[in-house]
Amino acid sequence: MYGLEIAGVIQPADGSTQEPLTVLNVSRRRFLKQTALGAGSVFVLGVFSGCRADNLAAWPDRAEPMGSLEDAGFRPNVFVGLNDAGDVFIVCSRSEMGQGIRSSVPAIIADEMGADWDRCHILQATGHPRFGNQNTDGSRSIRNHFDDWRRAGATAREMLLAAAAQQWETDTESCSMGVHEVTHADGRTLGFGELAVTAATLSAPNAPTFRPRSEWRYIGTDIDGRDNKAFVTGSATFGIDVQVEGMRHAAIMRSPVFGGKVASVDDTAARAVPGVLDVVRLNDHSMPPAFQALGGVAVIAENTWAAFKGRDALQVTWERSPHQDWSTEAQRAAMDAAVQAAGTPVRNEGDVEAAAGQQVVEATYHVAMLPHASMEPPTATAWVRPDGTCEVWAPSQAPQTARGSVAGALGVDPEAVTVHVTFLGGGFGRKSKPDYCIEAALLSKAVGAPVKVTWSREDDLRHDYYHPPSAQYMRAALGEDGKPLSWLHRSSFPPIGSTFANGVSGPGAGDLRSGVSNMPYVIPNVRVETSEAFAHQRIGWLRSVYNIHHGFSVNAFVAELAHAAGADARDYLLDLIGPDRELNDLFPRPPVLDTARLKGVIRRAADEAGWGRTLPEGHGMGIAGHFSFSSYVAHVVDASVEDGAIKVHRVDCAVDCGTAVNLDRIRSQMEGATVFGLTIALKDGIEAVDGRVTTGNFDTYRLLSLAETPDTHVHIMDSELPSGGVGEPGVPPLAPALAGAILQATGRPVRSLPIRLA
Amino acid sequence: MPRYSFTVNGENVAVEVDADTPVLWVLRDTLQLVGTKYGCGIAQCGACTVHLNGAAIRSCTLPVSAVSGQRITTIEGLSEDGQHPVQEAWLEHDVPQCGYCQAGQIMSAAALLESNPSPTDEEIDAAMSGNICRCGTYTRIHAAIKTAAK
Repeated sequence: MYGLEIAGVIQPADGSTQEPLTVLNVSRRRFLKQTALGAGSVFVLGVFSGCRADNLAAWPDRAEPMGSLEDAGFRPNVFVGLNDAGDVFIVCSRSEMGQGIRSSVPAIIADEMGADWDRCHILQATGHPRFGNQNTDGSRSIRNHFDDWRRAGATAREMLLAAAAQQWETDTESCSMGVHEVTHADGRTLGFGELAVTAATLSAPNAPTFRPRSEWRYIGTDIDGRDNKAFVTGSATFGIDVQVEGMRHAAIMRSPVFGGKVASVDDTAARAVPGVLDVVRLNDHSMPPAFQALGGVAVIAENTWAAFKGRDALQVTWERSPHQDWSTEAQRAAMDAAVQAAGTPVRNEGDVEAAAGQQVVEATYHVAMLPHASMEPPTATAWVRPDGTCEVWAPSQAPQTARGSVAGALGVDPEAVTVHVTFLGGGFGRKSKPDYCIEAALLSKAVGAPVKVTWSREDDLRHDYYHPPSAQYMRAALGEDGKPLSWLHRSSFPPIGSTFANGVSGPGAGDLRSGVSNMPYVIPNVRVETSEAFAHQRIGWLRSVYNIHHGFSVNAFVAELAHAAGADARDYLLDLIGPDRELNDLFPRPPVLDTARLKGVIRRAADEAGWGRTLPEGHGMGIAGHFSFSSYVAHVVDASVEDGAIKVHRVDCAVDCGTAVNLDRIRSQMEGATVFGLTIALKDGIEAVDGRVTTGNFDTYRLLSLAETPDTHVHIMDSELPSGGVGEPGVPPLAPALAGAILQATGRPVRSLPIRLA
Repeated sequence: MPRYSFTVNGENVAVEVDADTPVLWVLRDTLQLVGTKYGCGIAQCGACTVHLNGAAIRSCTLPVSAVSGQRITTIEGLSEDGQHPVQEAWLEHDVPQCGYCQAGQIMSAAALLESNPSPTDEEIDAAMSGNICRCGTYTRIHAAIKTAAK
């Protein structure tokens, strides 16, 4: 009963479509066909019932980096349903991967509607344009859509008030919203269930008004984690848990060198493995890879273990790939060379070459290539039926992308493909790419049965869409007062664009907007350049994306400058940010960086950490602040180096994400981002030689453990400004704050992640 | 195929699978008890943790041939309806993020408290060192174990 309900669309009240809702009853582990709201009379308040133009007009035409709601063919027919028993059904169109979105978004809708949270049932949307943007990445479920969710709830509230007025034969001014009931001025009440039938006959208002903040019951609190009971009892259905009758299991051998094509296959030994049913060769992918399946040779088996064993028994030879000689060491050397020479300027103010100071500080920073390493590896189950329709069950951050990509690979209309979104065992950007869904669909079509593809951990770490490795050169000339007169920053890394286009030879101007060209410091001479770099693997977005290496270099360099100037790191940083102002010119598109808010989180983290207090022998304290995804985060780290080992004792994290919706999930995301950042700083990068990734499992890509987790304190700033992102912006400042702490403790700068003390 | 008999969550089961099949895949694919998770296959992450005769073990590297006649408990059998003190403490502290590793975390914590009802911080660190969490829920796991130990 606590499982994820995988739902289609709640029926509009006019009954214009008749297909029943598909619900995955995980308690019995099989699929049941039933209507959404149970047996008996069903009345659904289709808040956006039908697809009437007057309802569409109520939704904003909001420009987004990845297309507007209009572009997505937005047909918001239903997000809220209500039956005559008073049960409220809320569709969550965003994917749950640990950020708590299945609690936060529905609670916003419930709050505006006046619904009792305990009587709300959450349904998970399939991937379909009717739900608007479903790409659960970019930390934008709330920052881009807060008012959309409110509008869904407010529409329902106004219709329920109007229904009550009609039933009482009075005017709506005499009616007020209680909790799950409407109250008449004379004290009478009508529960939501008693209003459902009437409300379903009313037109939706075009411009519902939002409730004042003072009436919020759930927004701005610790919202009850809806799925926690399922998680702690093991009953939540993740992608890897999906069971479909007649399902086969598949494991795939992909080219160990990116871009390698199958030359020959000997599957004799693989077919001899007990439980192996078939061996299927997949088509090689073309360049650029984009979202394509990688190709290779698949073993189809009765169970996962047989599929893994059969795959390991395959004898496959590969054609030579253009990336055969790639190594992470050589790639780093190439980027190092690139940033030592002049690059292509993307920002140039004054003359950095002419600015001569008392002291010149220069540094080259590196961040390793990084994997996503979600605990649940990529996995998907697909069933291509004889009639050409296809169902996919997958832990997908972008089910519409998966739907379109699967349809394209199968050569069918997207309407023939249904993508059910399961719980995601971590995502971090990896599961925005649908390659593993395509694999499952192609294999299902090939064998004529439902197929689940499971990636092993080695598959995951060796065939990821990696965070790019990077080199960055920075140089500053300090004046007599110790402040920089000039600032030169060159950044080299293979950008994500290389995954989607051939011939990409380095980051573009837009790629440097994540923390480099838009760094917020007051310096008279500034030059920012992009430098050459080439991809040898698929490059993708990893939690906070380029802000990982840019937030590191910019903040770590400021700490080095403060150190060189003999200044306090916090005061120096605040002074460099300068007066309160909005940096419109550096942010041609929203969001705009407000320096007062950036300084606010830096001061808050410092105050909470007791900045300036006497530290134990061998300890150092570092500080960093970074703006990303419309939010501001600062970290203060207290760390020591003992016998060559780094120990992190305490972390204070201050976050200003504007209007805070779910306090508990904001805290948990910052706690998690701290651990994520420490793993980047202290553990391993991806290593490759002879074109092959040698990192293979959690023994060589280690994650931070419980014992290594510092005492972590999260501080949320009060704000009524528009909500910013929460999932990603906690990552960038952690590593440079730790670098600052090590610099203070040892006098030695940290310039590479992961950190390797010599 | 050879046949192996053992108990899972108090019920006798018999399975016919290859001798080297890890208990993890017998649980997940043969018995359809999917609460126990795959994470690494080499006993490095702890997502597959179950109890073997009451002790926490990694089921991904334990061949089914080694458990004949023995007693396995999975997350599905830890309590009737999530009422084990560790599960209740997990809810109180809102521990899970994505939730994927939590079954393994809970099974390790439950085994720890069974053998050591009042563990020190260091003992918690040691007992939980084999269970990793990519979401980073460690602070709350530690707090929840402390709560469950009360």
